[in-house]
Amino acid sequence: MSALGGIGAAPLVRRRRLGPAPLWLLALPIGAILLLPLAFVGVQASSAGWTKAMHLLRLPHVEELLRNTIELVVLVTPLCAIVGAGVAWLLERTDVPGRRFWAVLLALPLAVPEFVNGYAWIGLDDRVHGLWGAVLVSTLSYYPLVMLPAIATLRRADSALEDVARSQGLRSFAVFRRVTLPQLRLALLGGGLIIALHLLAEYGAFSLLGFRTFTTEIFTEYQLGFDAASSAVLSLVLVGLCLLLLGAESGLQGRTPPTAEAPSRRRRSRLGLRAVPAVGALGGLAALAVGVPVGALVYWMVVGSSTTLPSASIASAAVSTVTLGLAAALVTALAAIPVAVLAVRYPTRLAQLLERSAYIARAMPGLIIALALAYFAVRHAFSLYQSSVLLVIAYAVLGFPLALIAIRPSIAQASPRLEEAARSLGQPPLAVFRRVTLPLIAPGLAAAVSIVFLSSVTELTATLVLRPTGTETLATRFWTYSSGLAYGAAAPYAALMIAISAVPTYFLVRWFDALARTST
Amino acid sequence: MHVRRRPPLRALVLGGTFAFMLAGASSSGFAADTGQAAARAGTITLYSGQHEQTVSQLVGDFTKRTGINVKVRSADEATLANQIIQEGSKSPADVFFAENPPALQVLSEKSILAAVPAATLAAVPRARSAPSGDWVAISARAAALDYNTDKLRKADLPKSLLDLAAPKWKGRFAIAPGETDFQPLITSIAKVRGDAAALTWLKAVKKNAKVLEDNELIAAAVDKGTVDAGLVDHYYWYRERDEVGADNTHSALHYFAPHDPGMLVDVSAAAVLKSSKNAADAQRFLAYLVSKPAQTIIATSESYEYPLRPGVVNHKVIRPLSSIVPARVTATQLGDGKAALAMLQQVGLL
Repeated sequence: MSALGGIGAAPLVRRRRLGPAPLWLLALPIGAILLLPLAFVGVQASSAGWTKAMHLLRLPHVEELLRNTIELVVLVTPLCAIVGAGVAWLLERTDVPGRRFWAVLLALPLAVPEFVNGYAWIGLDDRVHGLWGAVLVSTLSYYPLVMLPAIATLRRADSALEDVARSQGLRSFAVFRRVTLPQLRLALLGGGLIIALHLLAEYGAFSLLGFRTFTTEIFTEYQLGFDAASSAVLSLVLVGLCLLLLGAESGLQGRTPPTAEAPSRRRRSRLGLRAVPAVGALGGLAALAVGVPVGALVYWMVVGSSTTLPSASIASAAVSTVTLGLAAALVTALAAIPVAVLAVRYPTRLAQLLERSAYIARAMPGLIIALALAYFAVRHAFSLYQSSVLLVIAYAVLGFPLALIAIRPSIAQASPRLEEAARSLGQPPLAVFRRVTLPLIAPGLAAAVSIVFLSSVTELTATLVLRPTGTETLATRFWTYSSGLAYGAAAPYAALMIAISAVPTYFLVRWFDALARTST
Repeated sequence: MHVRRRPPLRALVLGGTFAFMLAGASSSGFAADTGQAAARAGTITLYSGQHEQTVSQLVGDFTKRTGINVKVRSADEATLANQIIQEGSKSPADVFFAENPPALQVLSEKSILAAVPAATLAAVPRARSAPSGDWVAISARAAALDYNTDKLRKADLPKSLLDLAAPKWKGRFAIAPGETDFQPLITSIAKVRGDAAALTWLKAVKKNAKVLEDNELIAAAVDKGTVDAGLVDHYYWYRERDEVGADNTHSALHYFAPHDPGMLVDVSAAAVLKSSKNAADAQRFLAYLVSKPAQTIIATSESYEYPLRPGVVNHKVIRPLSSIVPARVTATQLGDGKAALAMLQQVGLL
């Protein structure tokens, strides 16, 4: 489960105890919110009744949906791992020119919403369709989720092992396979898990590409059948798939490989003339992953006759997008601290369950998470319904696993001994947290803020359900215009979304740099 | 590392406080927005699944005439209908304006809608609105075959929707079975020719048609020539023409023969919720939607829909509504679309 968790090696666990009560006091309500979607799905499924549930699950297309969903995960996750690890290796283990430039540019797909990417690709070539279209578009959207942690791991890992292997006569590829790859295992597994969850839950891009998964079917039941209960029954299948993924991930995790204690020596392979194909490969990837969506937006703005000068609505949409995104990012990062501390320092079954509830929620589409929150708000907290607060909570649930993978390594690195020392000097617990723990985990928090901000800014389906009446975000505006065929008018909203997201993407890359540098 | 990390930390903590304040502020702001403000005289909340630009014109004109403010929540009609179901008697919505009757029919079956006053119903042809009087039709559109003029000649075009089941159409046209506009076509065949015929047709269409996500994509693909033809409502062609420019348009509309199951006129419609706390203002809005000024806005806006009020004509759409002789299917028969959905799932199109 530890995503990037290998970083910083095993925590100092002296006693298998639950952990401090105040932490649990903070963590339990958070866990309860994370479990709301599952509770909602359970309530809905039981209201549909088992007969109906079984009928739905036996419909002829369910088998196809299951096959499609599994094929997608099985194809895209390794592809992302290959692309992400390959790029990371080029940038960290060779002297390829312009490394910082490539790192930022190639992380940018995180700033491009999947549905914009989908629109761009089908506009470019209508053969981008079905399974292979979905594989192409989602690989190009998600590989940075492996690339960034892989860069951080490689930068931290000692290259001495690789040097030894090379001196023993192993060829470059064999060195990569037998020495570098095992070091990358945790980064690949963590990134892969997050990617697989995104694949389970993504709707917009796959429905544009005409590729049917459980999630697109959930939307069909909801939108054409007006049937929330059926959507919920189908979501249970996603929960099941998520549990399988979690099991597979922790099974594959195995033992944490040794990490360098001292700042590591790194030697870069001289590429020489091979720098040309290397730069070509990086440039090609950038053209496909960044050039296509950005190019499509520019094309729409130039060609579309609906293009108008950006109106006042673009400014207000931008302000609410940034405000909501920032609020969600900060709330999520702070909420992830107690959960991550418990999971890292007191890895009991209960803490594990708490952490896993975040991943389970993320395997369900944003629509289901939004419906769950709406369901409970309407019944038990009506003043929250269609409020910014509820929308921020939805973004937090969606971004929680991302925040966890960003914060975990920082917490694993922050030695509890420092805190004990502070406590022995008579500091009260809160002061210890503020003056010792927080500064130590600040970089991880900043990364969590960045990545949750990214995921919130590009969110559409939950936003449509939960936003306060009258509030529009860049994503809802893009949706309004593109569903009125006014691509020229829609494009500036998507372009602004990408421009805004580029800022945290840059900070994220900086953080992964810093993480590698400061690791002990 | 210790010294340099202080500032970002402080920024984080400050930022966090700021965020909570913001969240608090916007939450109370919200309460004033929907819950309580709705209780103030003169503001209604509209859930709209209709073309947003046209709706904002209508709402602006209504407010100018009556002084009643309208808060608009735009999303697709299905999301809104589901939302209303979930909200139950607490729904903040006063009026629901949907693109298609099934979204309203579902609510009507759950007794969520209030009866529309007779005067409002009388403003448009009665047969277009709900027989129960729960919702009133506002505007109309016709189903058509959008075709690429470089790839198909007029003589090649099918007279009936049923012809598309023939092998010669294999791979040559697109459908968007996931759109709410596609189900009425299936229902129409089922009502005119029987359920078995509809199912047979649908199976053949599954073999023949290219499946696209929505009508917008069909209109764009047909115009680009990536597919020869596609089943859409007439206005998608007009909107696509506007986006690419009339001179660059390579497509045209073809209508099926009179009374053909494919010659279908479908309506957008609106209703007031039973739970509305501003029922009088909400009914005024409904009455406004079928009034001459509102229907004129519909007739002249960029949404290219047919107004339904007698005497108001859309001159921007080439074929007048009066010249269309539709299939013999009533609004009641089109129902909530669930039978059509079941057929789509049975053949594996959804």
